Amino acid sequence: MKYYDKLIFDLSKEGRQGYSLPVNKWETSASDLPAGLQRTAAPALPQVSELDVVRHYTNLSQMNFGVDSGFYPLGSCTMKYNPKINEEIAAMPAFAGLHPLQPAQTVQGALRLYKDLSHALSAITGMAEFTLDPFAGAHGELTGLMVIRKYHMSRGDMKRTRIIVPDSAHGTNPASAAVCGLEIVQVKSNAAGLVDVEDLKPLLDDTIAGIMMTNPNTLGLFEKDIKEIAALVHECGGLLYYDGANMNPLMGVVRPGDMGFDVMHLNLHKTFSTPHGGGGPGAGPVGVAAHLASHLPVPKVMEDEDGTLYIADGTCRCENSPEGAGVFGEVCGCSPECMCGCQACGQISGFMGNFGVLLRAYTYILMLGKQNIKMVGPLAVLGANYIKESLKDCFKLPIPTVCKHEFVFDGLLDQSTGVTTLDIAKRLLDYGFHAPTIYFPLLFHQSIMIEPTETESKETLDGFIEIMKHIAAEASADPESLKTAPHTTPVRRLDETTAARQPVLRYKDM
Amino acid sequence: MAKTVEGLYYSESHEWVKVEGNVAVIGITDFAQHAMGDLSYVDMPEVDDELEAGEEFGAVESVKAASDLFCPVSGTVVEINEALEDAPELLNEDAFANWIMKVEMSDPSELEGLMDAAAYEAMCANE
Repeated sequence: MKYYDKLIFDLSKEGRQGYSLPVNKWETSASDLPAGLQRTAAPALPQVSELDVVRHYTNLSQMNFGVDSGFYPLGSCTMKYNPKINEEIAAMPAFAGLHPLQPAQTVQGALRLYKDLSHALSAITGMAEFTLDPFAGAHGELTGLMVIRKYHMSRGDMKRTRIIVPDSAHGTNPASAAVCGLEIVQVKSNAAGLVDVEDLKPLLDDTIAGIMMTNPNTLGLFEKDIKEIAALVHECGGLLYYDGANMNPLMGVVRPGDMGFDVMHLNLHKTFSTPHGGGGPGAGPVGVAAHLASHLPVPKVMEDEDGTLYIADGTCRCENSPEGAGVFGEVCGCSPECMCGCQACGQISGFMGNFGVLLRAYTYILMLGKQNIKMVGPLAVLGANYIKESLKDCFKLPIPTVCKHEFVFDGLLDQSTGVTTLDIAKRLLDYGFHAPTIYFPLLFHQSIMIEPTETESKETLDGFIEIMKHIAAEASADPESLKTAPHTTPVRRLDETTAARQPVLRYKDM
Repeated sequence: MAKTVEGLYYSESHEWVKVEGNVAVIGITDFAQHAMGDLSYVDMPEVDDELEAGEEFGAVESVKAASDLFCPVSGTVVEINEALEDAPELLNEDAFANWIMKVEMSDPSELEGLMDAAAYEAMCANE
């Protein structure tokens, strides 16, 4: 691969241009603007030809690795293929040309789609109502926790300020809870890698707002005691939050709502095939059980008796609402169950979430249909178990049971070589594979977390297995080739420690 | 194998305590620095902070992870090792020579709840 690290500004040549703007025939003048808003100097834009621009961005794109360029077994991220029809639908002018401030009566189709996607997600998860507003998984977590907090507070139950999070949880769980003002209580995993019910019991009292769980958990294991855990948590007055990051193997097979969960989020950019990674736009819809529905955030889509859709912004719309009633039930006196929007936990998005992402997810659901959506989980599980069983003679498998969509190795089986998980991950890049998730979960010291997803063929899985075996053999025969990997990438092994200790934050300083 | 030092007290969360009169000198163990990898940041308390036994008093960060630090004994912070602010790698070089903070103990009997070197080594062997 050719090394390329230029900025578009590096290519700039005074007077060069790729586009000629039409002459301004109208009599407009910058002096129409207030003095404070007028530029004092021309903008510093790069001056480049069209070919400069095309080559620049094509070269940059080739330095990237994506699902479209190769196998991407990044555990816990569900890097499945994003079907191109999603893009085709999202690019339709009728959708792409919408403006978020358009009057509701001119966007009835888009609002209907918002509602229909909510219903589809409810059917898949067993939750009563969904908001599609959150922009990401962790944003969904925060939203869900705000719903939980609002629920307890609306009942006058002010003591519930603590939330239980397992030691195997995604790091976002305790982070979201802390942002929501909750205190985190950790519950341990047992030897089988599941939440230890005996460790959980003494934690449950009237200060517990709820528990956040991922099922299957980050080890790829189904929390089989979930019904018992749900009963225990509900008995103490707490709620159950489902982290939907690992929903992929369960789609159409098991529903969080039926397991006893009260609140959950989904990562549309994982399970529902919308683009994922590079910080691109995501979506983290939040679903809740019926008794929490009134606390979902605004804006939300509501339906008039005549079928017209409108957007509720949290202002009380009830008949008896006093003049000037504020938002979120502060003064209107409605019951906590009022659905008009006044009992919402707050507003977490300016408009209706990442609509383009929602559109792609809805396309995905309709393209698969009821029958095929049930195939996603079994195929993802089959692929993960196939890799796990094929490699367990070379890599240490701490939990040997059948996994769901992902599993975790704890480094090489032969740990005498000094080759670490980081070395293995870097070496994989030399062979054209994206590295798996490493050093997570924290339950093991050398975690390698592999998730193939359902969209990979057996040939691709076999290719990966072969290379992983080859790397294990190299670790014994030629550990140096791993310690210094990668060798074929545009950028070699990075000095992460120096980067963390003495970060260079500006291009100019390089 | 990570090393230990005889005569120190050890906590389950991988801190060590060296007793100097009524002052507890506190750091992280060699096992802990080894598990964390190259450290990039040490978050320390402020002098005069009052800490309860088991209370979080700071954190260590590496390129791999961030881990909270827990105070093994109750007391008042009397000194922090400011050298770690610019050179967190000192903990990687020698975790026992480079302490993190010194605490004036309010209840030295809490030391009895901590482990000795042999017990700590046995615990680490199971991790």
